[in-house]
Amino acid sequence: MLTVLVRRLLNVVPTLVAVIALVFLLFSVLPGSFISGMNEDGRGLVDPAVMERMRKEMGLDDPLHERFAKYIAKTFVGDFGVSFRTREPVTKLIGDRLWPSLKLVLASMLFAIVIGVPLGFIAALKPGSVTDTTSMVVAISGLSLPKFWLGLMLMYLFALQLKILPSFGYGDGGLTHLTLPAIALGVSPMALLARTTRAAVLEVLNADFVRTARSKGMSEPRVVTWHVMRNALVLVITTIGLQFGSLMGQAVVVEKLFAWPGVGSLLVDSVFQRDIPAVQGCILLIVLFFLAINTLIDLAYVTIDPRIRYA
Amino acid sequence: MRKLGLAAAALALFVGAAAEAQQQTPRRGGTIRMTGPYAASFGSLDPHATPRAQDDIVNKAIHRTLYNWDSAANKLVPELIVSQTVSADGLTYTLKLRSDAFFHNGRKFTADDVIWSFTRIMDGSKGFAAARYVRIIKGAVDVEKGTAKEIAGLKKIDDHTLEMTLSELVDPAFYFFHGSTAILPKEEVEKGNFAAAPVGLGPFIFKEHIPGSRVVATRFDKFYKPGKPYADTLVVQIMAEAAARDLAFRNKEIDTSILGPAQYQIYLADPQLKNGVLEVAEMFTRALTLNHDAVIGGKKPFADKRVRQAINHAIDTDLIIKRLAKDKAYRATSWLPLSSPAYDKALKPYAFDPEKAKKLLADAGYPNGFEFELTTSRNESWGLPIVEAMQQMLARVGIKITPKIVEVTVLTEIAQKGDHQAYIGSNLTGPDSSATLRCYYSKTPRTACNYTGFKNDAFDKLFEAAGQEKDPAKRNDLLRQANNLLYDEAPVWFFNYNKAVMAFQPWIHGLQANPTEITHQYVEDIWVDERSPVK
Repeated sequence: MLTVLVRRLLNVVPTLVAVIALVFLLFSVLPGSFISGMNEDGRGLVDPAVMERMRKEMGLDDPLHERFAKYIAKTFVGDFGVSFRTREPVTKLIGDRLWPSLKLVLASMLFAIVIGVPLGFIAALKPGSVTDTTSMVVAISGLSLPKFWLGLMLMYLFALQLKILPSFGYGDGGLTHLTLPAIALGVSPMALLARTTRAAVLEVLNADFVRTARSKGMSEPRVVTWHVMRNALVLVITTIGLQFGSLMGQAVVVEKLFAWPGVGSLLVDSVFQRDIPAVQGCILLIVLFFLAINTLIDLAYVTIDPRIRYA
Repeated sequence: MRKLGLAAAALALFVGAAAEAQQQTPRRGGTIRMTGPYAASFGSLDPHATPRAQDDIVNKAIHRTLYNWDSAANKLVPELIVSQTVSADGLTYTLKLRSDAFFHNGRKFTADDVIWSFTRIMDGSKGFAAARYVRIIKGAVDVEKGTAKEIAGLKKIDDHTLEMTLSELVDPAFYFFHGSTAILPKEEVEKGNFAAAPVGLGPFIFKEHIPGSRVVATRFDKFYKPGKPYADTLVVQIMAEAAARDLAFRNKEIDTSILGPAQYQIYLADPQLKNGVLEVAEMFTRALTLNHDAVIGGKKPFADKRVRQAINHAIDTDLIIKRLAKDKAYRATSWLPLSSPAYDKALKPYAFDPEKAKKLLADAGYPNGFEFELTTSRNESWGLPIVEAMQQMLARVGIKITPKIVEVTVLTEIAQKGDHQAYIGSNLTGPDSSATLRCYYSKTPRTACNYTGFKNDAFDKLFEAAGQEKDPAKRNDLLRQANNLLYDEAPVWFFNYNKAVMAFQPWIHGLQANPTEITHQYVEDIWVDERSPVK
């Protein structure tokens, strides 16, 4: 297990370097800068002398290779620099937003798993039935609904019409404020999980070893829980991992819509205002989260299915 | 029976009148729930570190500046100043400061705080945007360059008297009402991390900031305006999405909301919402800025006044304002906005007259029109949708435009470099009419704000004369003449002045139609009646 872990961690390093380089280069060639962005509302508050001073202070006039070398060196010691916008360390900015983001992502994934996996399972056990058709209609709808629109509809229904939940905000960070953004974010992975689970279970149900188990007289609940569920789990877990890992990135729209103070809304503001250190920090965090979740999933494979070995 | 009915009606009237009177008497207590609509977070709660409108919504409640904007009087008024005298040459101001103002940490405000705050702003290593304002004080530039440690033009007479000597003949009120020139307490800033726990002179004390969500502040009982603020608590909730803001407003979760063009019409049509709509002509002029130095097809078409006038005649501006801006704008007549004391109410906008436009183009040597590139953002009020409408109208007089779409962030950069043939944008045009018109003064470089490259001797003379004039009425008259000259010269296509619209709940009172920025309110004057759902 330790070897697998070390090997996976070593694989993470080149991915990280590639992402860092890509983000850095992309924002270096994009037109506009934090300083010119300060004038975006027409206030013209930054005069040329201040602009020049700020460019110098922020190191924006340094050659690209110098800035990149400095950035790489700092990043690998955990220093993401100082935000142009707030003049605070990026680590602090991200630290403030991390827990709300994690809370949202965990709640969304929980919603997706609790609804999606049983839905897919039930559908697969009775293929072609009304249950199956209904489940898949729900799943496909969930996949195709834009998060922004779905979020607005949830607000309209639960806040404005039923008046049982607040429409936006963080409140005290509790369940009442978390519910709607978590559902808006969790519907898409829920739908995907339902479809994946159905496909995985259907495949396993037709496998020889299931037929053998049944012919040996094993009860249907035991066949399903002992043979089908366990074997279908590998594909389901892969989907969970991929979805879970990417949710932090997907949360951008939902966080902004619900005024949820996560990393996603920080990223949006930072991109629009060309706050490059903050953008780089946020993207790096999202990538790290994705890689961490997938490393954990890889380790889980080994536990779930002992036949899986990494070369 | 009839008498009984009359008595009941009289009683109802009396009760109604009493209730009305009660609602007009400010109520103490309650919570004001405002919104920060311009971004998904606040940049900084250190006012010196940020020039952004979104941050000033909070900063104006926690901090105070030397001057402030009085929306009712439509002018700048002293805020931390009790009285001021000006020297004969108009350069030295003796400011008598408030002796009843306290910082939230309990310390009394003195002249030292002004000197320290302005010196901090001029610290060259910080690159504070507000340096452009403080730079009008004699010797401030030396501090910025690092050749002096103190601003020579600031002299403390006593704890509450300050002498301020300026390096040019300007009204300091225009410079020191900006939130980014707030007066801060040295001892609190020097503790470090001031933005996380700001301490100011304003009516509300900072209590909580959840980055990306909200700022909460509570009433400061030692605020220098007796009996104010009325409310116990102020919450500024970040809500960057207009659709979500609309839902939250209708659900009574917020007390104020900023409306876009589409929502504006919907709110006006709604019998319940239309009474809670506050409108003001903000000091922003939306315009198509033509680069007079741009070479197109071997010629400089925009250097010719007739071509510029033709463009103004060729576009049906009223139709665009009605259909696309949904009447959430006022037709622009020249550069200065409606609220400027130098604005000439007699000016009539350019008439929509394509035939006249064609004739002007022919006279200028473009009988078949010409083609140019128009840089634009996707902004709904002054971006691509407007350009698409203009495209059709200009095509009818032979002018073909090719839109080049960029992010709003990039517009200024392009304009400053002169990398444009024309661009459409929103421009701050107040409250200092002189600073606004400086953008057309031939000695103003393109990097400052002369994005058209406009050069006109007559305009320069009027502008220079206004700069030397000490009598405000005479100065405004000169600026009015300069603005009228601009109207005739048409250096840009005059589009509109922004109509800022704020929706407010029926229990909110005391909001001000602030033309400098509608979200910037005197929160100490706002009060909530008992109908507010927040108890």
